[in-house]
Amino acid sequence: MSVATIKSRPLYATLAPATGSLHLMLADTDGAQALLDLARIAPAELFARAHIMLISNPTAAETAVAAIAGLRPDMFYQGPSLEAALPRLAQALAAAHMGTRLYLAGSEGLIGRATKLALEAGMDAASIQAQHCGTLARRVQCVHCKGITEDVRTQPCVCSHCGLTLLVRDHYSRRIAAFQGVCIDAEEPGSVPEAVDLFR
Amino acid sequence: MSGRPSRIPVRVAEVSQVTPLVKCFRFESVDGGPLPPFSGGAHVVVEIPDGDSVRRNAYSVMSSPRDVSAYTVSVRRDDAGRGGSRLLHDRVSVGDLLHISAPANLFALDYRARKHLLIAGGIGITPFLGMADQLLHDHQPFDLHYAVRSLQDGAYVEHLQRRFGAHVSIYAGDQGQRLPLQMLLSRQPLGTHLYVCGPASLIDAAFTVARQIGWPEASLHAERFAAPAPGHPFTVELSRSGRTIAVGAQQSMLDAIEAAGVAAPYGCRGGVCGQCETRVVSCDGRIIHEDHHLSEAEKAANSLVLPCVSRFEGRRLVLDL
Repeated sequence: MSVATIKSRPLYATLAPATGSLHLMLADTDGAQALLDLARIAPAELFARAHIMLISNPTAAETAVAAIAGLRPDMFYQGPSLEAALPRLAQALAAAHMGTRLYLAGSEGLIGRATKLALEAGMDAASIQAQHCGTLARRVQCVHCKGITEDVRTQPCVCSHCGLTLLVRDHYSRRIAAFQGVCIDAEEPGSVPEAVDLFR
Repeated sequence: MSGRPSRIPVRVAEVSQVTPLVKCFRFESVDGGPLPPFSGGAHVVVEIPDGDSVRRNAYSVMSSPRDVSAYTVSVRRDDAGRGGSRLLHDRVSVGDLLHISAPANLFALDYRARKHLLIAGGIGITPFLGMADQLLHDHQPFDLHYAVRSLQDGAYVEHLQRRFGAHVSIYAGDQGQRLPLQMLLSRQPLGTHLYVCGPASLIDAAFTVARQIGWPEASLHAERFAAPAPGHPFTVELSRSGRTIAVGAQQSMLDAIEAAGVAAPYGCRGGVCGQCETRVVSCDGRIIHEDHHLSEAEKAANSLVLPCVSRFEGRRLVLDL
């Protein structure tokens, strides 16, 4: 569960049933349980009008996938990765009307990138719910070269594009869907603290 | 912004009969200069002298926001009302001098919207004329759906069709045409905002359907043309001035306070904007809250009241005025 350390840091909640005509849901294997928890408190017709997109990697338990399928959503897509699932979400959003609700459960990267897509498609923030599940790993944008480094778990990290060592800040951009990374040794090149596993 | 809006002296430059019940008034500044700028959806409060007293009625500015040489308002005659519209229809003519408030906007367009869906019933069309002009000029996608009793009674039907073409759909009640709210509200693109103006029944119906479909609250906008309802006479005490004021059956509390010479703040005079919100010092009786501004908890606590529309029954009401 994330804690607000800085104003820009989003605070995530627990998914709750919302009134809507179409419920779009995107979750990774860590977030699947959040969808099952939602099903326990939601009225039956919510999942009858739901389009679930589940990212299940090869290590995901078959029972977890079966449990999600067992919710009998109107549409069920199973994809191998976030990269594969996002275009599917984009397509669903392009055809969506007012009255569509979005539920996101999983890593902060999933939440951030899906939220960005939805806002760009015209959805309003109040119609998007997000529950942070699983890893604290971050997407980090290097403030210098603007490249985004995925799945950052250490403090500091190395920019996967330009190679600078970056201090991973808590400052978060919703527009870019990433945390800010700033060169940690600009004044004294090479004077870098030992990397610590901070974002597990 | 607080307190009384500033008053502008205006000359009635034009009066025209639009339908048997609707008259259109064009106000220009007395010095011929520009009037204050405004945006689509704004209203002005018109002061209508009535013998010893003054009636104050809010009317939407219908004219284009791009033209500040005049404000145009439309007034629907209401014979069952407190008399303001009757006075305007029967006693006001070209050349008369009146005072109006500076424009205020409680029904502004939300430019974060990808599309604006405008729904009007009857005289509720008035704010949308300026808003549609603004949207057209700003190249913003919009649709206007206008329900009228009949094409003859529907004000500005031809004007709207001529000026806004395919953006406009008209529904004539006497031909059995009804606003298809469920269909309209269930197929709008993401990012559409809804604006409704007309009778309370239309606003309530549209919002109920929209909420049930899943529209978020921030995308729903309404302008309620609430006029204070008459009621039983009562008295109210003002703690600061020490005055006891009699409120007549046909008067609002605010009207009576103003008639007694006490300057109370006001805005829309329709129970929506909250500018007249007044602290209750003591209440021995029941405040009849008729506003759309205070929360249910605030109304139950009787610690605040909106004198522009609310009334009182009981032994004693003291306000912090």
